[in-house]
Amino acid sequence: MAKPKVAFYWCASCGGCEEAVVDLNEDILKVTDAVDIVLWPVALDFRRKDVEALSDGEIAVSFINGAVRTEEQEEMVKLLREKSGLVVAFGSCAHLGGIPGLGNFCTRETIFQTAYKETPSTENPEGTVPQEKTDIGIGVLTLPELYNTVKTLNQTIPVDYYLPGCPPPPDLIMNAINAILTGQLPDKGTVLAPNKAQCDTCPRADTKPEKLSMAEIKRPWEIKIDPEKCFLVQGLICLGPATRSGCGETCIRANMPCRGCFGPIDGVIDQGARALSAIASILGLEGEEKMTEEDSQKLIDQIADPAGTFYRFSLPSSLLTRKRMEYTGG
Amino acid sequence: MKKITIDPITRLEGHGKIEIFLNDDGDVDRAYLQIPELRGFEEFCIGRPAEEMPRITTMICGVCPTAHHMASTKTLDDLWKVEPTSTAKKIRRLMYNAFTAEDHILHFFFLGGPDFIVGPTAPAAERNILGVIGKVGLEAGGKVIEMRKRLRNVLRIIGGKPVHPSMGLPGGVSKAISEEERKEIIEAGKYAVDFCQFALSAFDDIVLKNKDYVDLIVGDVFKHRTYYMGLVDENNKVNFYDGMIRVVDPNGKEFAKFRPQEYLDHVREHVEPWSYMKFCYLKNVGWKGFTDGEDSGIYRVAPLARLNASDGMATPLAQEAYEKMYATLGGKPVHNTLAFHWARLIEALCASERVVELSHDPELTSPDTVNLPTETPREGIGVVEAPRGTLFHHYQTDERGILTKVNLIVATTNNMAPIAMSVEKAAKSLIHKGEVSDGLLNMVEMAFRAYDPCMACGTHTLPGQMPLEVLIRDYQGNELRRLSRNLREF
Amino acid sequence: MCKAYEISGHLAANNKMWDNLKLKGIMMDNGFEPKIVGICCNWCSYAGADLAGVSRFQYPSNIKIIRVMCSGRVDPTFILKAIEAGADGVLITGCHPGDCHYIAGNYKAARRIPLLKKMLSQFGIESERIRLEWVSASEGARFAEVVTDFTKTVKELGPGPFRKQQ
Ligand code: SF4
Ligand code: SF4
Ligand code: SF4
Ligand code: FES
Repeated sequence: MAKPKVAFYWCASCGGCEEAVVDLNEDILKVTDAVDIVLWPVALDFRRKDVEALSDGEIAVSFINGAVRTEEQEEMVKLLREKSGLVVAFGSCAHLGGIPGLGNFCTRETIFQTAYKETPSTENPEGTVPQEKTDIGIGVLTLPELYNTVKTLNQTIPVDYYLPGCPPPPDLIMNAINAILTGQLPDKGTVLAPNKAQCDTCPRADTKPEKLSMAEIKRPWEIKIDPEKCFLVQGLICLGPATRSGCGETCIRANMPCRGCFGPIDGVIDQGARALSAIASILGLEGEEKMTEEDSQKLIDQIADPAGTFYRFSLPSSLLTRKRMEYTGG
Repeated sequence: MKKITIDPITRLEGHGKIEIFLNDDGDVDRAYLQIPELRGFEEFCIGRPAEEMPRITTMICGVCPTAHHMASTKTLDDLWKVEPTSTAKKIRRLMYNAFTAEDHILHFFFLGGPDFIVGPTAPAAERNILGVIGKVGLEAGGKVIEMRKRLRNVLRIIGGKPVHPSMGLPGGVSKAISEEERKEIIEAGKYAVDFCQFALSAFDDIVLKNKDYVDLIVGDVFKHRTYYMGLVDENNKVNFYDGMIRVVDPNGKEFAKFRPQEYLDHVREHVEPWSYMKFCYLKNVGWKGFTDGEDSGIYRVAPLARLNASDGMATPLAQEAYEKMYATLGGKPVHNTLAFHWARLIEALCASERVVELSHDPELTSPDTVNLPTETPREGIGVVEAPRGTLFHHYQTDERGILTKVNLIVATTNNMAPIAMSVEKAAKSLIHKGEVSDGLLNMVEMAFRAYDPCMACGTHTLPGQMPLEVLIRDYQGNELRRLSRNLREF
Repeated sequence: MCKAYEISGHLAANNKMWDNLKLKGIMMDNGFEPKIVGICCNWCSYAGADLAGVSRFQYPSNIKIIRVMCSGRVDPTFILKAIEAGADGVLITGCHPGDCHYIAGNYKAARRIPLLKKMLSQFGIESERIRLEWVSASEGARFAEVVTDFTKTVKELGPGPFRKQQ
């Protein structure tokens, strides 16, 4: 029997998801034994026309990492969708938008303004900014257009499964590959990680009281962080209550609070709203009946950057998707 | 008139492309290396709390996240004017050296090294890690994987995950190291030292004893007389984590030595309309276009540049190797781009020796890992030597530590102009009268591999991973020939 | 009074209900008439709204009311969903402090809504588009006043961020 064909592809990504595949170490050989990798730009020679030449659905599964930011990326993932039986969004960027998704707080213009004109080491008296077309006298050089808005993979093409994490951990990657190889797949649309909140599996969960009240918000540099106590108990914002488990609580074990890269659990539409709600509920809970409007405003002001904190990894996938550009009706 | 355009490196991915324009005689007029992507970290980090930066800027690059994490953490020290505890400094240094050794070895064996070990003229299909294993033996191949695994375990112990660590705080680190973990780290360090020595002796046997290879290293195609930059310690020895920035001129004379906080007096970035990536140069020499020599402000960074900019290595075995390299290549500075590979191995050895040295320190397991800041934050600058060169982070904040300005100069930006020059030089030496030699791709790819450019930092290509597609067109735009090859196969 | 919708299942996920509200739409020729979503607690202000209707207190018809069991049940997701569905403003009403049927639901709302407003301003959305008010079952007149005033505020702000069909 012919081995199933597998493709790996990346859009706006950092390369960490590729490293995560290399970090399978010996297991990578098991994978290459069982499947036929037809596309892996970091490792194998490929041309778009090779992919075009495949018949529709010929690729058993495409793993796509990175957010979608340029027209080229969009075209390529659309092509892969046609040619693939299954598409798996691999990593936070493809799943939720990830860190590059924070670009949705800005516009192309402000990004250019900062990068090419305002940064103090830039010497640019003529105010040059990169152009989609530059006539250099002997010819024309072109650059792809950057979209204003960073998109997740499922905002671009239909996605069958999601492998969460920045980057996804090796055990979940191997589970996913095995599930695909043996055909033991859950329903379409499933996130291939446990459907539990981080708090349910956290080694610190026992230190989190039933009725938890945060008297004030602390920043991680303001206190000596206790390596055993729930971060919320210590006044530090942890996205554990609004985040899916399955990473092995890696950041928490390094004594730093979760920032939510695994995204929400099933049924939660907007991870940031869920996190906001969870934090607001326990903020000043003790004595809430006596709290004045000013008191609660003071507590709220201690959260310096709610949007960037609650949507650290999920801004493009949020209900609002981005900061409003000047009102244009949509 | 015949116009030949050498059109892009897999245009579709937006991962980088080269365009070469010929003049009327069919010789190369200009070559352009374009970087087609920008993610805007400097803009979208504004408004974030500064202490989150070590966990945001790591995502600039999944290949060198530790470099960004560390540069960012040091910037926080400077921002809050807080000195890390002695234990914290040791933990950070230890992690940083483990990372440097791991990264260098990976890229030597998987990426750049195959050119030499398997041979520059071997078929592309063999110039990969499998070819290397064929040449040095299966056991050694297994060792490469084992060393990577062990050193990445050190990164996991200290930072949480090997890709995108999370432990950096102003004034220290979040987590202490246990005695058991320390023992594991010692073993990893020893393994790495042995392995790097083996790698250098393999380089000796396979490369240095082969006259053809040596001729290639010292030949003119890849030579550029430029300035060099790198971090040095108080004895002017190479340091990856901390120190003063030293710049030497093309004759090897010290041109400048300054604190990271003074970088704006020395470094500038130039903008071209045809690339999203900027080009660094020395402010006090000036931007003179893509040209080398004393009068051009273009400088180089990364392994060879660091060795050129220093007076030696701080560890004994690496110092020996350093002396040997300069004795073999005719003294300092060495301008030959291919010598970057050799320098990379010497640095890997140095970093591994450091891991052993630091992991023997009992203070490493002290629980005293952080000093809490007390000052009001305003502005901070942090610099480390990333495997691919000097990395600058510079933040300004309001009095609450919320970012108001961010400037990042990533390692590869420093080398961007030299890489573009190397590409052009290779093109010029291989394209004549409209005839494109098959060797072109070889040479262009070797130039890339030597720098090990991390396009992920500016785009998202794994270091040096540049699938090349060269399209040759006549003046009507008809395709005449197509050559293609991937730069990396493993 | 205008039609009220009850939450069934997950309010934010109930796309049919949001479609029925017909919040999106190109602006009329006769100027801008804001569309406002009111999320009202069943025990107090929903009754207040009812009373306003029965007592014929006049208030603008711009508001579409959704009934929830308690202001403490107002998940910030509902409000985001309302904005995304095209609302120009969202009014949340609950029982006066001390009067919540579930004891502390309104205290939670009193922290969630201001935090959400702060966050929305980071999205370039005016925080005045969201308002939290306490209105009891007997305050029909007050309910009418609140709606009138809020409608005026939103009208001044102009069309909401998701007004037009995308
Ligand atoms: S999910 Fe994380 S590791 Fe993967 S590409 Fe995005 S930033 Fe990199
Ligand atoms: S809030 Fe964070 S630290 Fe606390 S139990 Fe949940 S995941 Fe663990
Ligand atoms: S602890 Fe949170 S932020 Fe860290 S890896 Fe796990 S899900 Fe991601
Ligand atoms: S029951 Fe009305 S606010 Fe809780």
